[in-house]
Amino acid sequence: MSEGSDAQPISLTVNGEPVTVLATPSETLLEVLRYRLGLTGSKQGCDKGDCGACTVLVDGRPVLGCLTLATLCDGAEVRTVEGLSTAAGLHRVQAAFVRHGAAQCGFCTPGMLMSAVRFLETREQARAPTREEVAAALSGNLCRCTGYAKILDAVIDAAAELGTRSVPGSNDAEGAR
Amino acid sequence: MSGSPSVLGGRHGRIDGAEQVTGAARFADDLSLPRMLHARIVRSPHAHARLVRIDSSKALSLPGVHAVITGRDLPTPYGIIPWTTDEHVFAVERARYVGDAVAAVAAIDEATAARAVAAIEVEYEVLPALLDPEEAARRTDVQIHASKRPGNLTKQVDLAFGDVDAAFAEAPLLLENDYAFHGTTHAAIEPHCALAQVDGDGLLTVWSATQVPHYLHRALASVLGLPARRIRVIQPPVGGGFGGKSEPFDLELASALLALRTGRPVKILYTREEVFLAHRGRHPTRIHARTAFDRDGHLVAHDADLLLDGGAYASFGLVTTYYAGQLTSLPYRLPAYRYRSRRVYTNKPACGPKRGHGAVQPRFAMEVQLDRAAVHLGIDPIELRRKNFIGENTRTVNELRVGSLGLLACLDAVERASGWKERRGRLPRGRGLGVAASAYISGTNYPIYPNEMPQSAVQLCADRSGRVRVFAGTSDIGQGSSTMLATIVAAELGVELADIRVVAADTDLTPVDLGAYSSRITLMAGHAAMDAAREVASMVRRAVAKKWEASPKDVSLAGGLAIDICDPSRTMPLADAFVLAESAFGTLGAVGSYNTPKEGIHGDYRGGTIGATPAFSATAHVAEVTVDEETGDVVVEKIWCAHDCGKALSPLLVEGQIEGSCYMGFGEALMEHHETDAAGRLVAPDLLDYRIPTSLDTPFIASTIVEAPDENGPYGAKEAGEGPLHSSIPAIANAVFDAVGVRIDELPITPEKVLAALDKQREEQHRR
Repeated sequence: MSEGSDAQPISLTVNGEPVTVLATPSETLLEVLRYRLGLTGSKQGCDKGDCGACTVLVDGRPVLGCLTLATLCDGAEVRTVEGLSTAAGLHRVQAAFVRHGAAQCGFCTPGMLMSAVRFLETREQARAPTREEVAAALSGNLCRCTGYAKILDAVIDAAAELGTRSVPGSNDAEGAR
Repeated sequence: MSGSPSVLGGRHGRIDGAEQVTGAARFADDLSLPRMLHARIVRSPHAHARLVRIDSSKALSLPGVHAVITGRDLPTPYGIIPWTTDEHVFAVERARYVGDAVAAVAAIDEATAARAVAAIEVEYEVLPALLDPEEAARRTDVQIHASKRPGNLTKQVDLAFGDVDAAFAEAPLLLENDYAFHGTTHAAIEPHCALAQVDGDGLLTVWSATQVPHYLHRALASVLGLPARRIRVIQPPVGGGFGGKSEPFDLELASALLALRTGRPVKILYTREEVFLAHRGRHPTRIHARTAFDRDGHLVAHDADLLLDGGAYASFGLVTTYYAGQLTSLPYRLPAYRYRSRRVYTNKPACGPKRGHGAVQPRFAMEVQLDRAAVHLGIDPIELRRKNFIGENTRTVNELRVGSLGLLACLDAVERASGWKERRGRLPRGRGLGVAASAYISGTNYPIYPNEMPQSAVQLCADRSGRVRVFAGTSDIGQGSSTMLATIVAAELGVELADIRVVAADTDLTPVDLGAYSSRITLMAGHAAMDAAREVASMVRRAVAKKWEASPKDVSLAGGLAIDICDPSRTMPLADAFVLAESAFGTLGAVGSYNTPKEGIHGDYRGGTIGATPAFSATAHVAEVTVDEETGDVVVEKIWCAHDCGKALSPLLVEGQIEGSCYMGFGEALMEHHETDAAGRLVAPDLLDYRIPTSLDTPFIASTIVEAPDENGPYGAKEAGEGPLHSSIPAIANAVFDAVGVRIDELPITPEKVLAALDKQREEQHRR
């Protein structure tokens, strides 16, 4: 990655930390995160907006990092998979993914987690989400390993941890633990 | 045996789960090195063309361009099967498909490399392209590989077992049908990526997203002309394989040569389009099937003629050609069987091994034939399959040895779970249930290149810290092989999973394992790990027994403790037990290795070793579909799958394999198609147009684990990663028939084909 003579500094808040970083006009947010900031958790699966592996949250909204020009994010707040866990431990949806075996190869997992986090944080909290609602929320993230079964189990379980009960039809024989 | 039964068969997740969910797992493209260059590959725009001239001078004069390499730089051919080394890193004399590599450029960054690719001038003389396999088989005037005999055949197999013609002559029911299985691809979400570096001592290191570090190691040595001991291959976590990363590819060899030429690290990352071009996916296969039954529904003979569209290179094709016939001989008793299997070259991306390698296409044909027979004879299709079950501890008609085979339990499970007995035949028109079953290998008895060395090995070290390290050449591509090894070691040594570190797939650090293909790792590396762990456990027990003045057989290792079986109140932390053992025996370690049995497991005819395996898994599927007769849309409502994996060492991971296999089969049945246009260009070289199922498309998958332990498997374990795909596809096709009474014998099952079949059905009803 050469810095490029037409690179301009932009300011971002990435996972709560303010950073100033160079970006050329053609550089995507994904490239800036991965190659300039070393945040390689977000993945490049297709580089054309089809797979969702690069999903990050910009000002709370899920965006495809590979289709988002970095310079247009100047001043924005960006959350990536690296910002989900804290010193105290994993985010509850990360923990649910581990518990349910929701990651196989793990390549789609970071993007999948960001879509799940967005869903869990913005959904109606009063009732448990249905399997269909979770499937719809994650439908922009392709997974080739799992058939999505354990991913949906994990997100439903993570939602239940907020105090709502889990829904019937969970694919996991043990359900929420 | 000591051990922790709660670990073996417990519902634990992956040992690298936290790494995966925090983004800490570093895949090949997440690695970068100081002074690293980026390279791109120039690819042929023609399906078949002679290379007249390549001029790299303009590219080389661009600022930031460091090197250009072409076919002249890498004249040694390679290929995964030693008898069909028909590939070059870059086309030497001609390009054989749209996308065939012609040259590569290393530059300071990807953008510069891309500009340099555009500046390389290649002059082609366009040759006639063969895109249809029937035509390619017929034509002798156009030779895709000049050195092969006329007709563009990669391989032809003709085998017959039993008196097929006599059986057909007498059979009361003969079904003769044509089937077509289309091309599909793996579409792992991680694109192939390789990074090469040469250190100060001249040691070449290649990090690659590969399923087969060992075969890559061999190819690098052969093509680059370097001794294998001067090359190190490291496989980082791989973002999905499914067979699509099971052989050496141009980017690995090209990045290595560019690193040697420039003295700088070089990375190549495929674009998504290049992943589709690299392909090695499911062979499009045309099958003419003749199957004879007696009045009670017993199979009496089967005769199949298969034509496999191989694409431009052999890949695993020699083996695929056999698999397309060899594995149809079970899980049913087949008294007489004949097949002709031909694989032809065409000017398209090369086909190879995709999950279920070679056996998925003929399984579709066979299971639909069985469904047709059930309808003809008025027998329940599950019952028909039970009647035909081959049994356990037996042999197939083509002489493959069969050990355990839990097919009947699988059929029972899906029958029960789907409410088959209560619901089938009582659903409204437009809704249907279909069944299918299959069996698959747990590794092959013979390695790809003939040798007597172990097919898998493990080195185990334990020390005073209480930690155990497992060194294994195994490739974790998401299936969980490292977790499998840790689970076995944890069970044998009584250590917690968290206290085991698996170091895998690094040719400098780990013993050879042949790779993640043919569902071999649990059976083979699992054995090696079990043996090594038992040896270390024995030392630990002896050392503790001496201290306790007890007998070693009375010392159990479990739950992080050494326990006196005669007085369970007497325990010792394992770390202390390791200290005693290290004091008594010196550095604690053991090796385990595994090779397959070779006696009495297959016939001695040519090709008879192919399909031979230490143990077969068994699978049954029921699919429920809704067919919209107005639109032709087929919706799979639910798939029930029961899979006999012998013993589920990690049930959560086994379920994941079952669910992922069902999902992949579903996508193949209804949505995916890897196809080329009239010029040989891919129609859908991206993840939008090549439609892999999303979370909204995918049906609910209900998995059941069946355990019919096999004496050849560690703890009885057999494969789980591929078997559960096979019969998912015919189960869906059979459910479509149950719903609306039409057969779609040409995959994928699209709305257009369903509507056309329904129209034909109406016409026929009208005529009657």
